[in-house]
Amino acid sequence: MTAADPLSAPPSPPDASGAHPDWAISVQGMTKVYGGRRVVDDFDMQVPRGAIYGFLGPNGSGKTTTIRMMCGLLTPDAGQGSCLGFDIRKQQVQIKARVGYMTQRFSLYEDLTIRENLDFFARMYGVQQRRQRVADALATLGLSGRAHQLAGSLSGGWKQRLALAACLIHDPELLLLDEPTAGVDPKARRDFWAEIRQLAKRGVTVLVSTHYMDEAVQCDYIAYIAYGRKLIAGRAGQIPQMIGLHTWRVTAPNLDQLEAELSQNPAVEQVARFGAVLHVSGRQEAALKQLAQAQQGQPGQRWSYKETELEEAFIYLMASGTDNFAQEADPGATAKPPAVPPRRQDQADPPPSAPRGAG
Amino acid sequence: MLGYSLPRFLAVLVKEFIQMRRDRVTFAMMIGVPIMQLLIFGYAINSDPRHLPTYVEVGDDSPLSRAIVYGMKTSSYFDFIGQLTSPDEADQALKDGRASFVLVIPPNFERDLVRGLNPQILLAADASDPAAAGGASAAMAQIVQQAVGAVTRGPLANARPKPAPFELVIHRQFNPEGLTALNVVPGLLGVILSMTMVLITSVAIVRERERGTMEALISTPVRPAEVMLGKIIPYVLVGYVQTLVFLLASRALFSVPFLGSPLAFFLGFNLYIIVNLALGFLISTFAKSQMQAMQVSFFLLLPTILLSGFMFPFAAMPGWAQTIGTAIPATHFLRLVRKVMLKGAGVGDVVADMGAIALIMVVIVFLALRRYRQTLD
Repeated sequence: MTAADPLSAPPSPPDASGAHPDWAISVQGMTKVYGGRRVVDDFDMQVPRGAIYGFLGPNGSGKTTTIRMMCGLLTPDAGQGSCLGFDIRKQQVQIKARVGYMTQRFSLYEDLTIRENLDFFARMYGVQQRRQRVADALATLGLSGRAHQLAGSLSGGWKQRLALAACLIHDPELLLLDEPTAGVDPKARRDFWAEIRQLAKRGVTVLVSTHYMDEAVQCDYIAYIAYGRKLIAGRAGQIPQMIGLHTWRVTAPNLDQLEAELSQNPAVEQVARFGAVLHVSGRQEAALKQLAQAQQGQPGQRWSYKETELEEAFIYLMASGTDNFAQEADPGATAKPPAVPPRRQDQADPPPSAPRGAG
Repeated sequence: MLGYSLPRFLAVLVKEFIQMRRDRVTFAMMIGVPIMQLLIFGYAINSDPRHLPTYVEVGDDSPLSRAIVYGMKTSSYFDFIGQLTSPDEADQALKDGRASFVLVIPPNFERDLVRGLNPQILLAADASDPAAAGGASAAMAQIVQQAVGAVTRGPLANARPKPAPFELVIHRQFNPEGLTALNVVPGLLGVILSMTMVLITSVAIVRERERGTMEALISTPVRPAEVMLGKIIPYVLVGYVQTLVFLLASRALFSVPFLGSPLAFFLGFNLYIIVNLALGFLISTFAKSQMQAMQVSFFLLLPTILLSGFMFPFAAMPGWAQTIGTAIPATHFLRLVRKVMLKGAGVGDVVADMGAIALIMVVIVFLALRRYRQTLD
């Protein structure tokens, strides 16, 4: 973890109204129903000011809907909350004026030039000294020379940078990024994240949804959502412990065969392949250790204990599917994942509803 | 910041103008379509058709028969294309569409007339298209009357038809020659404006949603009214340009007069443009794609053409059709334009029409604003 940690002290819990000076976003029980399907279901989230908050989950898990509700584009069917201290139900205009929302799909005008796009959004937000601000944004982008080019003619990486510049034109306090780096090459993604970290350093709160593990590890906090429900949330470094996985690193001459064998073992809940090694994870520490010692004797096999990292944690969460962690809190959830062996009830510890400090 | 903002409205307006300018094909269509429609409707459509192909089957070679045939020819309704010899041939000619009319004058027509036997002339018409047969059939009685009157002189004077004991005077006001163009061309303005305004507005707004730009637009603090006005006003100007082109062309090509008050025209036409733009906006609130918006717009164009009194007389429609027609803005605008251009109406004469358009407008704007959501749901 190299990401800056802007909060030295753990934030105190929110007051009854949900608005709290330390929280950029604080929502409780947020629910959105489309055609009888609960796309977002009883969702709680607290995003500390100045943090980079990663929002993870598979496609169709309700990330976009959640983000839209937080910035006043959608009205939740149930639940309440505040964004930058404003009520997400009643003060949507105030929220919009202070939030920069970068949509998943490129949503600037392809038939306007780069300058016209920036200028348009600057006008929409009533930016002071607009021309200067647009010129600065163009210079920062390195697009001053191409300001008269149509936005539609830009490549994917440039479009994404332009879209980011457009959401930043009014110096928002909160940046909502919905899968900002989808379809962008690795170099552009690295540059993009460097910029995000710069913004966070200046005090901008960033909520970013992503699929990419290498982006997740750059976040200070992470929430994982699947089928509209939050499975886990917390400081990025604590997610693996919260799940309680233990992981062994295995090398062997015949990985395919070993992978198949280990998947059958009751102590093994997950076998993930990373190049030429297997990461074997499970939550029963003793049983896994026993297995490791037994396997060590096999020719060519090398087992070593490793710290469980976000990668293993997320593979585990993804495989869990609808198997929600907060089983006690949500007795309504009945679906069980086929891929994961049954877990003992006493091992399932409910995730904290708010990110907690390291202490 | 929280109220309505002129700069935001202007931003949308400027953006819309730039996009319109860049979309050359649509821009060309906006001007090209009215001209094309004006030419087609103005030149091709005639509800009082003349020079209809006619066969004759004359069994009576007499001055009277020749006078009747000659009279028909000079009326310009009938063009004689040949002689037939039998009733079968006549039937066949009407059936396969070679002739619209067959004139049958029986043998000894003149002699029987003089003898007072009240002989018959048969004008068999292909009335499968009533409009085509109507004008010529109506003119026929007059033609025969005149021909008979001209020939029955001297010794034949006793066969002369007696004049009616009264005189019927028909005064065709506002369009004495009965020119179709004078009726169609002013009405056409209503149809053209309705078509382009509704279509362009609905497509322009739906495009914003289809391309995903609406999401970025409404994530700014913009208000629905700012978006609505900013997107609509550029097309109001398009409507002005269309109308100007239209008025010039209708004057230059069809000599359609403009007898009434320009102010009455101006007021009515602005109302009409607004009502159509609002309708386009309303369509855009439920159309999912540009294609759907286009289809709905064209679907609404049909009643505008058929039930508004543009193509067919409003008074001739049954009650329910008139009820539907009354709800169509074009119906009232058509009346207004015809009154102003052909009948010399002033503002006072068209208040009722403007009121009707305004009422429809209020309803549509209300629905559109209700349907338009600032949020995405």
